[in-house]
Amino acid sequence: MFDYVWLIPVFPAIGFVINGLFGRRYSKKIVGWVACSALGLSFLTSILIFLELIGRPPSERLFEKVIFDWVISGSFQTVIGYQIDPLSILMAVVVSGVSFFIHIYSVGYMHDDPGYPRYFTYLNLFVFMMLTLVLANNFLLMFVGWEGVGLCSYLLIGFWFEKDSASNAGKKAFVVNRVGDFGFILGMFLLFTSLGEHGIWTLDFTEVFANANKLDTATVTAVTILLFIGATGKSAQIPLYVWLPDAMEGPTPVSSLIHAATMVTAGVYMIARCNVLYSMAPIALAIVAIVGVATAIYTASIGFCQNDIKKVLAYSTISQLGYMFLGVGVGAYSAGIFHLMTHAFFKGLLFLAAGSVMHALSGELDMRKMGALRKKIPITFWTFFIATLAIAGVPGLSGFFSKDEILWQAFSSSHGHFLLWLVAAVAAGMTAFYMFRALFMTFFGESRVDHQVAHHIHESPRIMTVPLIILAVLSIIGGWVGIPHVLGGANHIHEFLAPVLGGAEPAKAHAGITLISQAWASGGEAGGHSAAWELLMMVASVIIALIGIGIAYLFYIKSPALPKLLAEKWKGLYQLVLNKYYIDELYEVLFINSLKGLGVGLWRGFDDFFIDGTVNGLAYLIGWISGGLRKIQTGLVQSYAFSMIIGGVIILGYYIVRAIFY
Amino acid sequence: MAENFGILFQWLIFLGAAFISILASFLVITQKNPIHSALFMVLTFLCVAVLYLLLHSQFIAIIQVVVYAGAIVMLIVFVIMLLDLETELRTGLKIVYSKVIGGFLAFLFLLGILYSVIAKSPTGKVGSYTTEKMSVSTKAVGEVLFTQYLFPFEVVSVLLVAAIIGAVVLSKKRR
Amino acid sequence: MWVVPSIPPALFLMLSGILFTIGVIGALTRRNAIIVFMSIELMLNAVNLSFVTLSRFLQSMDGILFAFFVMAVAAAEAAVGLAIFVMIYRSRETINVDEINLLKW
Repeated sequence: MFDYVWLIPVFPAIGFVINGLFGRRYSKKIVGWVACSALGLSFLTSILIFLELIGRPPSERLFEKVIFDWVISGSFQTVIGYQIDPLSILMAVVVSGVSFFIHIYSVGYMHDDPGYPRYFTYLNLFVFMMLTLVLANNFLLMFVGWEGVGLCSYLLIGFWFEKDSASNAGKKAFVVNRVGDFGFILGMFLLFTSLGEHGIWTLDFTEVFANANKLDTATVTAVTILLFIGATGKSAQIPLYVWLPDAMEGPTPVSSLIHAATMVTAGVYMIARCNVLYSMAPIALAIVAIVGVATAIYTASIGFCQNDIKKVLAYSTISQLGYMFLGVGVGAYSAGIFHLMTHAFFKGLLFLAAGSVMHALSGELDMRKMGALRKKIPITFWTFFIATLAIAGVPGLSGFFSKDEILWQAFSSSHGHFLLWLVAAVAAGMTAFYMFRALFMTFFGESRVDHQVAHHIHESPRIMTVPLIILAVLSIIGGWVGIPHVLGGANHIHEFLAPVLGGAEPAKAHAGITLISQAWASGGEAGGHSAAWELLMMVASVIIALIGIGIAYLFYIKSPALPKLLAEKWKGLYQLVLNKYYIDELYEVLFINSLKGLGVGLWRGFDDFFIDGTVNGLAYLIGWISGGLRKIQTGLVQSYAFSMIIGGVIILGYYIVRAIFY
Repeated sequence: MAENFGILFQWLIFLGAAFISILASFLVITQKNPIHSALFMVLTFLCVAVLYLLLHSQFIAIIQVVVYAGAIVMLIVFVIMLLDLETELRTGLKIVYSKVIGGFLAFLFLLGILYSVIAKSPTGKVGSYTTEKMSVSTKAVGEVLFTQYLFPFEVVSVLLVAAIIGAVVLSKKRR
Repeated sequence: MWVVPSIPPALFLMLSGILFTIGVIGALTRRNAIIVFMSIELMLNAVNLSFVTLSRFLQSMDGILFAFFVMAVAAAEAAVGLAIFVMIYRSRETINVDEINLLKW
């Protein structure tokens, strides 16, 4: 079965080609069938390969399938090849599975849209690129997938391109991603040349990581920081997160798939894949962790005041990505991937449920115009509720286990720190608060819905609710593969990913960072901890979550006037947070205006004046010369004879002069 | 002694013919009346024919008289009369700036020719036709014309046919 | 006993040059197309003279033959050229080369 790993990305590629070329001629039904079955087959194949992989003993879980040679240039050779190991196949299963459900959902959601075939074409292309990214066996092919998902993100965000805001959002996403990609490219080049100095010219993962110990720490730090810059672009961390809230202009299933479950997780996957390099560069790890946790708390605060339900979810996504980066940043790579998986389930579900709410309310996004929908759209409500519980970290659901693992590792790992845990815990509380705020504002309380819209409130069709239910089930049970040892589980996922992620020996962390955690932990060794501390942390995070839920309950159910009073009281702060701390405006002033000015200047000064001037000037010069030269053509025969005589005199004169003087 | 007189006589003929031809050609280009120019041209051609005789090329001399002085000048005179150039008679040699330059250049050209002729004697491969052989010039021309220069001869005949047809076609009145 | 030298070829060639120059001046200077044509015939004539001279003094027939062909071509040229002059006069009522300049820039 392993030989057929290339089918996993190729099925959606075939769907892309068929729908792209012929989609408009078929009925919508056929387009939907082609797209969904392509994904279904891809999902099936990845499941089969996953099962086969589990059947093998842990030491034999690496398989590379080369499709064909790609670059053969001297001593550097790259292939198009796919790698099957626990990490990539887990990602492939998650990506293809969640994509499959979202495709089915989209058949219902996008049913009335005239761009239906185009939508599925782009969606299939996206999944193809994403699967290429996770299954690639070398940096170059991963980068192809990396760029490809950026392209598809642009195409899908700007799907309704007639709307200015949508096409602008698409462009913003693409350009900001590009800035990150630049860092990624530089990191890749640096890695390649540094390895090349040791005579190893390769970008294959297995070869790079096997030889990484030949590089010195400074180089590896530089490489990892540059790669991380790429990750901040793709996975929307500080400073390149600004595109993701705007990306909500796209259709809701797109937001669910790309901006919750798959594309934005590419950065986390990349860091997990390069864990060997990152473990060699503790400074880079520290930067990753700090940026992650800072983003988490910063965007959680923005989520407090947003009124657009999709924007709340967008900031929540950025915040949860911050968690994932915190996880990998403290060296707990499998915890980050675990949270990636559970996040795909519950955040994907949240977006789909939000889409279902919007479908019921004929496109209404503003939560201030929702309310009391609980009884009217029950399936949507219950699935949304389950997902909110999961993201808040209520025990028993998937989010609890993954988030707790990260929080515990942030506290206890050799790269971790007490402060990281503290900030992350506060952010967890904030997460619980604003998610339940969204839940309460949407489904509880009094109905603030517009009258015309209120008549049409209806539950979504089955084709949309079934994926919701499936994802809700996964949100509940998806975490059970990672139940930690303290609670009696076997932490299957950690064991499963250990061959890939646990292999490298973490470098000695700075003494100062681990000082407090060592003082508190009883073991004192790097990674040493006692079960008591872990349970204590768990209880603490549950309490914080319940506090957040409680405050939300207070604000939005018990006394709904309270939020308005607080907003009035601290008007300046409220405005600041509502306007996302004016970061977009700051970027515009700092970067965009100067670059735009540079562009305009170069256009006017160099292109218009210099290049066009040269070319036009040359043409004008030739015209001018020929205008002068054509006066020779007088039409008078005698003037022609005259010029012949001049020629004759010159030739004769030359010979005479030569005869005289030589 | 007799040769001396012969050569002296030749010199006299030469100088006479030369000066008359120069004078006549000068008058060709300066006369206002084209008929006068044509007549002086006849005189020039006849003088040049005499010069050919001095060069022992009787054949060419006769051809010169027949073709040039006979046919060509006749054609010219016919055309002059046909074109009714009475009104043009007043245009003589006008002094125009560019034409002065042209004349000057022609004079320079002449100086060049004169210099090159005086400074070097004519060199080249000496052929086999001695003066005695060339005196029977028609026979000599025939010898060469129909053996060595047969192809150009034929081509010239074609050329003449083309010229005749061309001339006839050109001067047809449009229907 | 003094011997009168025969006529040197240089003199013939000089005469040829003078006749040629006179032809050139005529061709450049006159306005009447027929006079220009006559000047051209003068030039051809001068060249013929130089050919025959050199042929005589290099004891070869090539020059004489060339002069022969030049004359044939001159005859053909005269025929066609004068026919053209007639045509031009018919359409333009003038035979001045100054006024026949349609092919100017």
